[in-house]
Amino acid sequence: MADESINKGRRRFLTASTAVIGGAGLIITAIPFVETWLPSARAESAGAPVTVGIGKIEPGQMVRYGWRSQPVFVVNRTPEQLQWLPKQDPRLRDPDSRESEQPKYCQNATRSIKPEWMVLIGICTHLGCVPDYKGEVKPESFDPNWKGGFYCPCHHSRYDLAARVYQGVPAPLNMVVPPYHFVDDTHIQIGVDPKGAAA
Amino acid sequence: MNAFTQWFLDRAPALDVVYKKHMTEYYAPKNFNVMYYFGSLALLVLVNQIVTGIFLTMFYTPTAAGAFDSVQYIMRDVHWGWLVRYMHVTGASMFFIVIYLHMFRGLMYGSYKKPRELVWLLGMLIFLALMAEAFMGYVLPWGNMSFWGAKVIITLFSAVPVIGEQLVNWIMGSFVPSDPTLNRFFALHVVALPLVLLLLVVLHLGALHEVGSNNPDGVEIKKHKGPNGHPLDGIPFHPYYTLKDLAGVGVFLVICAIIIFFEPTVGGFFLEHDNSIPANDLVTPATIKPVWYFSPFYAILRMIPSKGWGVIALALSIIVLFLVPWLDRGKVKSIRYRGLGYKIALTIFAIVFVLLAAIGADLTPGWIVSIFGPNADITTIENLFGRTLVILYFGFFVFLWAYTFFGWEKTKPVPERVTTHA
Repeated sequence: MADESINKGRRRFLTASTAVIGGAGLIITAIPFVETWLPSARAESAGAPVTVGIGKIEPGQMVRYGWRSQPVFVVNRTPEQLQWLPKQDPRLRDPDSRESEQPKYCQNATRSIKPEWMVLIGICTHLGCVPDYKGEVKPESFDPNWKGGFYCPCHHSRYDLAARVYQGVPAPLNMVVPPYHFVDDTHIQIGVDPKGAAA
Repeated sequence: MNAFTQWFLDRAPALDVVYKKHMTEYYAPKNFNVMYYFGSLALLVLVNQIVTGIFLTMFYTPTAAGAFDSVQYIMRDVHWGWLVRYMHVTGASMFFIVIYLHMFRGLMYGSYKKPRELVWLLGMLIFLALMAEAFMGYVLPWGNMSFWGAKVIITLFSAVPVIGEQLVNWIMGSFVPSDPTLNRFFALHVVALPLVLLLLVVLHLGALHEVGSNNPDGVEIKKHKGPNGHPLDGIPFHPYYTLKDLAGVGVFLVICAIIIFFEPTVGGFFLEHDNSIPANDLVTPATIKPVWYFSPFYAILRMIPSKGWGVIALALSIIVLFLVPWLDRGKVKSIRYRGLGYKIALTIFAIVFVLLAAIGADLTPGWIVSIFGPNADITTIENLFGRTLVILYFGFFVFLWAYTFFGWEKTKPVPERVTTHA
């Protein structure tokens, strides 16, 4: 005759182990579903590096290129524009770009590889709008002491010509500098670090 | 009972039990006032959204290349397509009007208090799901506001420490809002979230019918039952409240019809003009603002001069609503018998909510110029005004807790039975 008494300990163990193993199975099954949301191989390949010619950009001029469907601004800064950069430091939120995102080789006074060539992702660090290029050193309606830079139409964030954010605006950080390198004097490749450089 | 009904009930007697429990033998307080229309109206709008949504799905193309044109196709070429879309768009805004009033009713009469905490929590989850549903629906037409709205809202997640950037790319399925984003939002908007919403609505009503409805007097009608075991102050939901609600439905549908046929965009509030321009990933619209029903929360985000804290305040402004049943320690439910402090605080809270909506909808620059003249420093004045409102918004909840926790509230005696004002 079978033992009719209930072994509660065994019952608890079986319940718990079934729940744990079943739960683990569910979590493992969820992983592929969650990862379907990652940028697909096609989206990743759209993130491939692009090489652009910059030889025809006049001094003081800005040209936008697309990389990963994001606007990349390339500015040929004039010596006049460059001389104002260090003088803006007291008005900036992160003048030395300690908090901001850029490759190591661009964490310098001009945030660039060559001082005259500014390369940046033209997306405001507040909520992702595309700022306007206001390169001329002249008084603007939004700032009588304007020394050239970028101005976001969405929430009035302002940046200097090294894309460093001013104080007192909603944007928290300087605009991002993408990895790039000079293929030759008139071409840059956006998306790839210079050979041997530590990003 | 006719033979046909009898045939059914012989085979599925449980149907009759369910019908009686939720309709003919669900006893609701007899003193419901006008604030009690919004629950059934919310259900009506939900049905409208599902039916019109199904028909829109038949003509809409969920691709970045085709979405905008397919919406124009619905508006211009599909027979009655404009009506179906305007019903869906108007329904979305009306849904929020009805839900906000429904929530306000809960605050007025203490409908979140014991034993109805679960009803409130499930209702808040519905509100949360509804916000996600509305946001994703807004993205689908792939106009320029759709695109940049998606970008800004998804970018909010970049404020999450460490994994923020990866999280943003994971949600977008790319590095900017694009086909993968649109496709998954379509799936969530059309399949996943409606299922979640329907389930939550069933649970919300189930939890309500377990404890019974509150009423404008905030008294428990189950305390006084007649010899037949039914509450003395209760009347069967069907036919009494189904018919009363039907009258409310009539008024509501007239309002909706006026909007749909005469002013479907409601001056750019229900349907934004900038969204009639196709999505452009290189040009941000000059003034980017959310649809009106998100604007109070958006204003809170904008008024905090820090990205991280702004996002935290935005999240807190919604989370704090979940906690109301535990912040409010007062025993008296209805505003009719609560202290003067609560009446004043709730009035201020309602006004603050509307003013925050005005800031979020970018109405304040115009007001400031008309009050302080054309040379006014708009940014400074707006920030001062807006930050005061943010403090008042959160202040309401702090006050609610302190007022009831320290026993500062002087309440009036609550009647034993519901009062009628006949």
